[in-house]
Amino acid sequence: MASVAIGSGEQYNYDIVRKFTIMALIWGAVGMLVGVTIASQLAWPYLNFDIPYITFGRLRPVHTGAVIFGFGGSALFATSYYIVQRTCQARLISDGMASFTFWGWQAIIVLAALGDVMGYSQGREYAEMEWPVDLLITVVWVAYAIVYIGTIMKRKEPHIYVANWFYLAFILATALLHIFNNLAIPFSMTQSYPLFAGAQDAMTQWWYGHNAVGFFLTAAFLGMMYYFVPKQAGRPIYSYRLSIVHFWALIFMYMWAGSHHLHWTAIPDWTSTLAATFSIMLLMPSWGGMINGIMTMSGAWDKLRTDPIMRFLIVALSFYGMSTFEGPMMSLKDVNALSHYTDWTVGHVHSGALGWVAMISFGAIYHMIPRLWDTKMHSTKLINVHFWLATIGTLMYITAMWISGIMQGLMWRAYDDFGNLQYSFAESVAAMHPYYAMRALGGAVFLTGMLLMLYNCFMTIRQAKSMPAGGLAASAA
Amino acid sequence: MEWLMWFTRFENTKPVALLIFFITFCAILFYVFGSKKRSERLESYKNMPLQDD
Repeated sequence: MASVAIGSGEQYNYDIVRKFTIMALIWGAVGMLVGVTIASQLAWPYLNFDIPYITFGRLRPVHTGAVIFGFGGSALFATSYYIVQRTCQARLISDGMASFTFWGWQAIIVLAALGDVMGYSQGREYAEMEWPVDLLITVVWVAYAIVYIGTIMKRKEPHIYVANWFYLAFILATALLHIFNNLAIPFSMTQSYPLFAGAQDAMTQWWYGHNAVGFFLTAAFLGMMYYFVPKQAGRPIYSYRLSIVHFWALIFMYMWAGSHHLHWTAIPDWTSTLAATFSIMLLMPSWGGMINGIMTMSGAWDKLRTDPIMRFLIVALSFYGMSTFEGPMMSLKDVNALSHYTDWTVGHVHSGALGWVAMISFGAIYHMIPRLWDTKMHSTKLINVHFWLATIGTLMYITAMWISGIMQGLMWRAYDDFGNLQYSFAESVAAMHPYYAMRALGGAVFLTGMLLMLYNCFMTIRQAKSMPAGGLAASAA
Repeated sequence: MEWLMWFTRFENTKPVALLIFFITFCAILFYVFGSKKRSERLESYKNMPLQDD
């Protein structure tokens, strides 16, 4: 390692990391609040209040946009800028461009949410934004790529640490996915026609949708894992060579798996089979990452008893392992025949989103905040309470959706002795009600944890600002 | 340029693609695990996050 004094906020641009960290917390709370709202609307439909702007159909993309791009995206910007500077021992190449990515990204989240509630949507899942916002995303993303790659190019370290490889894959793949999925011909400021039609359009959508999961919600968060797990454990990653093999395998295989979202539809059968095959193979690189992270704790498992941040990180990896087993299983055509269009899919997504993405982000943010503001966390006890609320909330959510989803699938395919469908659709909806209520409760428990985190972080930052210049060291003197 | 048409037929494209990807995967494996000296160098990078304070 180059012998450069580290730790000074002046050597690195921590200001941009702080801004993104704060917005990750705020968007997390907002997005999860909207999530609990729409979960409650499904259980108790009168909560739609017949107001078009807050009906389920419009609030659902507000929820996904706020949690994926607002919370997840801001957490990724924050951690990637933090990690790339520290592992390259170089300040970001341009404070101005980094600041542009911050304001641009926040504007995108707000514009997307406004567009959703106003009813402007191009009808593409996780890409509802109309073309002017898509163009803004492109400009911000190019600026992000320039800042990130430029910082790597001026690094003082000869080697590019593996976490940066994952972030690079995320940045490049997201650019590719965003552009091709949003190819459209505008005919007004708020509407456009997609370039693709029919089955091709569906395949483009799910090539984007699945790789958004693969690169935005998996590869990038693995980058987060590869830095913060060793850092928090105080031990190096279990195997660096395994990280190289599973990186290349993961990024190669993900690109082929999208069509498993379209089993038993009008797409060619071979694309469906190909996607299922690659999905099964994806288990190996996915578990390679999970095992690499968890085995880092080998010989230091006692930390789990005392360190709630470590608990967040390791439980996140456990959920990652579980959902990357469940995903390939659900991609099998016969399993998919039961699970498709049911709440099982929703449960699977949330075991990844709450269990993996949110929990690894919580761990990373709890690790970063005291270092960014040069202080201690306001309350470790509250982190512990947050951990249990997050774990219990996630388990309640996914258990409810497993039961509801499998029950739905079985009810839809049940025949009576005369070969008629045994249940009407309305009967299956009525049967789901208790599980929808349980899901809303699980989401509320998870949201409570998020609000505790917001409070804990707010108090930590406030206490840091009241300290004398020099932070902890100065106050100790 | 007629020979390029050979690649457009599925019965040729599939095994060629399989060969290319399998050989690439083997090459990565060989690069990562094939030399003791290189292995030691690669493993030394895992300490990077712990040395950045």
